[in-house]
Amino acid sequence: MLKNRIIPCLDVKNGRVVKGINFVDLQDAGDPVEQAKIYSDGGADEICFLDITASNENRETIYDVVDKTSKKCFVPLTVGGGVRSVEDINKLLNCGADKVSINTAAVRNPEVVIESSKKFGSQCIVVAIDAKKNGDKWEIFTHGGRNNTGIDAIEFSKKMEDSGAGELLVTSMDRDGTQVGYDIELMFKISYKVNIPVIASGGVGNLDHLVDGIKLGNASAVLAASIFHYGKYSVKEAKEYLDSKGIPVRI
Amino acid sequence: MNVTIVDYNSGNISSVINSFREVAKDKVNIEVTSDLIKIKSSDKVVLPGQGSFKSCVDALNKINGLVDTLSEFAINNKKPLLGICVGLQMFADVGYEETETKGLGWISGRVSKIDNQNGKYKLPHIGWNEINITKDSKIFKDIENKSHMYFVHSYEFVPEDKNVVSATTDYSSNIVCSVEKENIFGTQFHPEKSDKIGLKIISNFIDI
Repeated sequence: MLKNRIIPCLDVKNGRVVKGINFVDLQDAGDPVEQAKIYSDGGADEICFLDITASNENRETIYDVVDKTSKKCFVPLTVGGGVRSVEDINKLLNCGADKVSINTAAVRNPEVVIESSKKFGSQCIVVAIDAKKNGDKWEIFTHGGRNNTGIDAIEFSKKMEDSGAGELLVTSMDRDGTQVGYDIELMFKISYKVNIPVIASGGVGNLDHLVDGIKLGNASAVLAASIFHYGKYSVKEAKEYLDSKGIPVRI
Repeated sequence: MNVTIVDYNSGNISSVINSFREVAKDKVNIEVTSDLIKIKSSDKVVLPGQGSFKSCVDALNKINGLVDTLSEFAINNKKPLLGICVGLQMFADVGYEETETKGLGWISGRVSKIDNQNGKYKLPHIGWNEINITKDSKIFKDIENKSHMYFVHSYEFVPEDKNVVSATTDYSSNIVCSVEKENIFGTQFHPEKSDKIGLKIISNFIDI
């Protein structure tokens, strides 16, 4: 039976982890490679890096991080943030990323999704959808949640599936950072609309939220950042909890 | 010993390279090349593959003499070869992704889309799934039945002779996820992404 995945996400800025696990025995809490290794040793099903480097001159730092991590972690590694072109995707894959997530570029120019999935295969193309509720629909936001495009998120998810995306990483901008749980309705509606796996993101504050994302939101995988930071919960604890709730996980 | 990972522009093979180098350390030399002479002289060959069946077959055929060299290596000289993902699928006679495409024909069978039972099962089949080991295979030495492996694919290899199947996995139906025919090995899952247990499979292959 296919297992539901738990994916810890690390925010990386200028090659350093911004928020991360704060263990006493950690030699360098800002080192993304060391943090990723702790997650993979702890049973993370995949690792996700979100590059939030603002300035262009420091954008190269992520390639070095990916290169070093992929030589130490042997679970799938997804990298997103600032991915603009087929060439950016190519570079990340060559450095050792297994999947690349595309956000703003997919909205602005869906050709990037079509072209990259043809060139590298759908299995490595994740489209990241940042959506915010407006009335009875959800609208797509880009540029890290700053720009409202007015595009319907549910319709867009179908379009991305048709364009060749292998997975969708769906983040509720209303919930992100609030720790009150995923936007279950959004996750369910998108998951129902498409036949590709959906990764739920945005709003996790406790382990029940992970359960809800899978059981109610119908997500194939759950992504979380802050609950794993500072050791609030370990990936292992999260998996054991999901298992106790009857959700199939890899233990 | 020399193990060659065939680099034929089949997409992203950096994880395959990293994992083999991790296992090999300094004991085994890992070459990454499409050089025919180097392939001929190596002890083992790894055939990775990402993207579609058609794109991989096309990429193999684009390199003059590569298919013949691989056939000579695996079929005539019977040296160990491991196909991963589409690398395994290409062993078949024919594949139906994008369009009907002729495969290597090393193991009779076809590669067709996984039946998603009218949308009941999401495709691609992505994530960790248990393998049911159906026969002793050299690459499964010290691997427990029901171990988890990482999968990402929408097409499955359906061999004619079920005796070549060494493991299956449950998704929509019983999907063939590992084969062994004499010196030819293949995994539909990605040992290079399957954590320590995946590295063990790679190590088993290197140790054959």
